[in-house]
Amino acid sequence: MNALTSLDRPNSYIGRSVPRPNAKRLLAGRGRYVTDFVLPRMLHVAYVRSPYAHARIVSIDAQAAREMPGVKLVATGQDLARLCTPWVGTMDHFKGMKSPPQLPLPVDKVVWSGQAVVAVVADTRALAEDAAETVAIEFDELPVVVDIDAARMPGSPVISPELGSNLCFHGKIDTGGVDDVFANAAHIVEEEFHFGRHTAVTMEPRAIIADYDASEQQLTVHHATQTPYQFQDIYSRHYGIPESRVRVIAPDIGGSFGMKLHMYHEDMAVVGLSIMLGRPVKYVADRIESFVSDIHARDHRVRARMAVDADGEILAMDVEDVTAIGAFSAYPRTSVVEGNQVYRLMGAPYTFRNYRADLQVVFQNKVQMSQYRAVGHPIACAVTERLVDMIAAKTARDVFEIRSGNLIPDDAYPCTSPTGYQFEALSHHACLAKLRQMMDYDRLRAEQAQLRSKGIHRGIGIATFVEITNPGPAFYGVGGARISSQDGAIIKITPSGDVRCLISVTELGQGTETIIGQIVAEHLGVDRNRIKVITGDTETTPHGGATYACRGAGIGGETALQAALKLKANVLSVAGAILQEASEKLDIQNGWIIDAATMHPRVELAEIARIVYFRSDTLPPGTQAQLSVTHHYAPQGYPFAFTNGVQGCHLELDVETGLVNILKVWVVEDCGRIINPLLVDEQIRGGVVQGLGAAFFEECAYGDNGQLTNGSLADYLVPMAVEMPDIEIGHVETPTLDTQLGAKGVGEAGTAAASAAALNAVNDAMAPFGGSIAQLPMTPARILKALGHI
Amino acid sequence: MSEPINVSMTVNGSRVSCGVEPRSTLADFLRQTLALTGTHTGCEMGVCGACLVVVDGRVVHSCLMFAVQAGGSVIETVEGLTERAAIADLQDAFHLRNALQCGFCTPGMLMTAYSLLSQPGIPTRDEIRDALSGNYCRCTGYEAIVDAIENVARDRDAASIAQTREEAGA
Repeated sequence: MNALTSLDRPNSYIGRSVPRPNAKRLLAGRGRYVTDFVLPRMLHVAYVRSPYAHARIVSIDAQAAREMPGVKLVATGQDLARLCTPWVGTMDHFKGMKSPPQLPLPVDKVVWSGQAVVAVVADTRALAEDAAETVAIEFDELPVVVDIDAARMPGSPVISPELGSNLCFHGKIDTGGVDDVFANAAHIVEEEFHFGRHTAVTMEPRAIIADYDASEQQLTVHHATQTPYQFQDIYSRHYGIPESRVRVIAPDIGGSFGMKLHMYHEDMAVVGLSIMLGRPVKYVADRIESFVSDIHARDHRVRARMAVDADGEILAMDVEDVTAIGAFSAYPRTSVVEGNQVYRLMGAPYTFRNYRADLQVVFQNKVQMSQYRAVGHPIACAVTERLVDMIAAKTARDVFEIRSGNLIPDDAYPCTSPTGYQFEALSHHACLAKLRQMMDYDRLRAEQAQLRSKGIHRGIGIATFVEITNPGPAFYGVGGARISSQDGAIIKITPSGDVRCLISVTELGQGTETIIGQIVAEHLGVDRNRIKVITGDTETTPHGGATYACRGAGIGGETALQAALKLKANVLSVAGAILQEASEKLDIQNGWIIDAATMHPRVELAEIARIVYFRSDTLPPGTQAQLSVTHHYAPQGYPFAFTNGVQGCHLELDVETGLVNILKVWVVEDCGRIINPLLVDEQIRGGVVQGLGAAFFEECAYGDNGQLTNGSLADYLVPMAVEMPDIEIGHVETPTLDTQLGAKGVGEAGTAAASAAALNAVNDAMAPFGGSIAQLPMTPARILKALGHI
Repeated sequence: MSEPINVSMTVNGSRVSCGVEPRSTLADFLRQTLALTGTHTGCEMGVCGACLVVVDGRVVHSCLMFAVQAGGSVIETVEGLTERAAIADLQDAFHLRNALQCGFCTPGMLMTAYSLLSQPGIPTRDEIRDALSGNYCRCTGYEAIVDAIENVARDRDAASIAQTREEAGA
């Protein structure tokens, strides 16, 4: 019997809960966020924004602003259009998709309320705001398009007349046979779902400093973004600056969640303003600006139905999703990816083969909607899982029973979903069984029945999910977007035997630098404290995808692993030369070259480094030691590494007030090989709470005139500590065999299913009253309406 | 409105005296004039808690206070509490429990925890959650923060009991 686990091996870091070395700096108040940066001769910009959702710009009078104290420049859309080429947020693989060209600031009309129109640059932000108040813009109001049905009616005002209609994209999926299945089904359930707009609300708003140095034609941008390479490419191409002279630095970032990877008009304008002035220009969105200019998320109306046979076997799904994205599609990732994932992820955990879906992506006069944490997943999950619960109710089956009868068996992989997604290996049944045990489900049900008799109404909801992680080039690259799916790493051994790893995946606080350090430490054979991981600077790190779509651990981690093995081979090669030993008989452990068979230490890595760097004269002739390596890894094999899991939600509903007290959430998740359990669990918890925010609180409320009516943190509700439950997490580990590391992503799993489990739990609590709800967020007013009280 | 007024105060143990615009908030003054960038602004309306600092022993929103109102006050920011090791145990506990991700809300969280744990006794988890409700965090989901504060409360209580016993024994 060997009682040792894999963690007992030397240099075993993968799978170990270790805290983040870089977190201590943040705890000491020594974070360096773009918001904090001050550069010599730096100026500040304030924007004059449109008060109208749709209007023609008749005239702009900025003379008074130009004469205000401290003002260095007032720039309009025309001024910036001379420097910056337009961009269009489409991708080729969304056939027929269209979107109008965009510029940093508009030249003839505004298309949403809050759109930046005029830039005022001054010595301080306060002076810029003072001057901005004096800018007079005459607008000619145009009819406002906000409603998704009105927008698609013949004769409706068209926001971009050159496109012919307000339809950005129309997609259809049809496996065939759906009408026949529904015609012969024993039971059919159907529902119309509404998912409100919500937004990221990063604690640090968007922040950017552009610094153009005309003497070197060099643009340096300090940018709070998760994707610096993407922005290097964009600034280079649209401002005509060679890529080698564009540097994007992403330092500490105060939250991102997908929001900080889109092109924003104000940010693009800042680059142009810096070029015009030859000085650094800083823009930090204030909170109201964040609400009216950060991407919003979701905004779907889904009509869906599900057919089932007399034995409770799900046979088919039929779905229609209409989603509204603002006046254009976001750049460079497009606003169709959200809807595309909604209608392709529907029913993904289940065995049924007949599926039909219609997706319409609609323009309207609101701020842009685009990718935010768990893109599309919460919608597909909530619709599917609610329908499954409705089938359970209709066929008098328990919610666990209906799922275990319909989920894809754990031994049925590999397989393909009706929408074409390829699943390598998932573990729905193992996760479901584990969740049932963790929840102590039978006891909860007994307690629920008992409490109901006392007028206490608790609800239990579960939701299974799959999550798209580790995307290959099929995600963006094939559509023509210059967004990389590969990553690159440079690993160097310093003269004292320390290790530096410069890698293209970026740190957002999720722990990228920590896990990359763990992987390099384990596979190179050194103590992780001797490894420094460097991210977020296009000047020093290789080009790569950075952080999006849960790819950092799976793709970035594999990049680091392969790079470490390559460097290790180089080290052993030179060590072999020094020790007069065959390199395959050597290994590295705790920073020592050891005899692989006996584990006997031979020479310290630092000594190898000393000889290589300072006494190459003592090496055998012809030896050219390579103690730095550059390595890239592009995912191959499956187009995506799907993960899966199941969540459970337990809550108490006050049927008099409509208030919900969330008692507990459970998550069982399978993200493949876990590199750092501490960090994985906190990704899940944070993701769950964002999902609960969408379920109960968060909604960007608009009036009929396209005005956002709750653009402050006092009016827009985000989850607070007192409202959130403790969240218990369990794991099943099914590593992907596409990589040596075996890791998949985990950052979006919590968000993917939390709102679905909550939706099912609220409906479960309401069941005795005959009410039901199919709208998120489930506000007290909506719950009371569902209960028939108002 | 923008003519500077001379203001003196004590910040992190040092006497500070300089001209500030009357409209400058304490948060902007600390961040921009004194370069104490550990204090953050998230909402600038007293909701999110990222800007909390200690003013004359009380934890207040520095975004809701003008710098000129702080004249004569004694102010401590996360930098000051760190340097005099007043929150070292909280910082260690946050680190070990991974009770932060992006770290932007964290100085404010530490301020609230510092204030809460200056009260006697061990707060319950509900009391900790209640105390944190003026601090928004978008990354962690709060549980790790509650855990970290709870751990420190227990450790401090245990240390204080041990000290009492030691004193009684001596």
